[in-house]
Amino acid sequence: MRLNRSNFCWLALALVTVGYLTFWALLLGATATYSTPDSWLQVLRSPEIRHATFLSLVTCSLAAGFALLLAVPVGYLMTRLEFRGKSWLDAALDIPIILPPLVVGLCLLIFFQTKIGKVIEMAIPFTYQVSGVVLAQFVVAAAFAIRTMRGTFQHLSSRPEDVALTLGCTRFQALWHVALPAARRGMVAAFCIAWARSLGEFGPILVFAGATRMKTEVLPTTVWLELSVGNLEAAVAVSLFMVLLAVLVLVAVRATGEKV
Amino acid sequence: MIQLDQLTWKVPGRTILEKVSVAIPANTYAVLMGPTGCGKTTLLEIICGLRQPTSGRVLLDGLDVTDLEPRERGIGYVPQDLALFPGLRVREQIGFAPKLRGVAPEELNQRVNRLAEQFGISPLLDRLPDLLSGGEKQRVALARALAAQPRLLLLDEPLSALDESMRAEAVALLQRIQQENALTVLHVTHSSSEAAALGHLHLRMVAGRLEPESQG
Repeated sequence: MRLNRSNFCWLALALVTVGYLTFWALLLGATATYSTPDSWLQVLRSPEIRHATFLSLVTCSLAAGFALLLAVPVGYLMTRLEFRGKSWLDAALDIPIILPPLVVGLCLLIFFQTKIGKVIEMAIPFTYQVSGVVLAQFVVAAAFAIRTMRGTFQHLSSRPEDVALTLGCTRFQALWHVALPAARRGMVAAFCIAWARSLGEFGPILVFAGATRMKTEVLPTTVWLELSVGNLEAAVAVSLFMVLLAVLVLVAVRATGEKV
Repeated sequence: MIQLDQLTWKVPGRTILEKVSVAIPANTYAVLMGPTGCGKTTLLEIICGLRQPTSGRVLLDGLDVTDLEPRERGIGYVPQDLALFPGLRVREQIGFAPKLRGVAPEELNQRVNRLAEQFGISPLLDRLPDLLSGGEKQRVALARALAAQPRLLLLDEPLSALDESMRAEAVALLQRIQQENALTVLHVTHSSSEAAALGHLHLRMVAGRLEPESQG
């Protein structure tokens, strides 16, 4: 192959890509070889970390489920309906993505000190509770799920729904019988992305739900708690476990055919 | 009978349809032709209720249906891309409208089988849309629309994706279906031969205005 200008351009771009991936491989490689598999297993078997793992799996699943329940109607509305101020609403839906995580936690904490917040807490206590972990994960994960569902519905033609309307459907029935079955892969992707996002959530949980061992401690909190007491080996083991979970989610999303 | 009375559709800075008026008698096969972008699809969407006109009325058998929901109009619509429901088998596509109306399973089955036989798609009933050819998809879309027992059938270039040999067969099928079901049909096409073979009433749309051509 002759190295003409076009080939040189592709070669340069490929080098940038390979360089970036190599950097990540080195990062993960260094972390993975920091300690031995035996010591990882020992750490992962400790009651505190088993509790944090169980709590993470449960809260992430709940947060992702709630995020999907919100993302489907919001994504559908934002794709299928044209209205004044839509671009502003669109931007507003992305706010949780760009807000610093600690600020999200602080907003939650302050909201539940207001009158409305206190009334809500009389029914379901959130602050420094497990339900608070779910809420803190949900508020950020929902924004990502909405983005995914919006993209999914944008890629689906609205024509079948139009035809369903002429065949006797209400708009809700067209959504239920036609749009949702067509969007099922996008829904799986939105759930996985929300789940993965919830798994990595740390700042809002720390501020709003706290980091109490065997109570509101989730995996990212464990990494922080272990680091703060100088137990680097435990922090590494939990981090690698989280990397493994993240890879599994990525594989699941790719298997649905959706782009992340 | 379908009657369009001074239908107008405007978007900011542009008039797509301008005072479109026409009456299509019952059991008539009307063919609408016109250059791309002249407003033919918009007109069909207004007639079946997917768009609200800026002004004007749509009357079906003398009843003003302009403000009715699409599902309340009894108008069948087959769009250009046929818009089969992804993930639903042919049997479910055809049975979609009767099932929504609460038709009993036994009768639903009979109706689906009867239509499948009429359209020659009985062996395809358990197939998904992805596994159908262009001609098969077109038959399924027509059967699905007819299963709702519409008073008026709107066809938006339904034969455009078919090759020449299949098109002749499809034209014969449309003629037979219109006669057997005593349907009023409004068929949008770019093909003069298709229009000549099918149309009792020929309409032409130019720059958002409708011009009657001839009565066949």
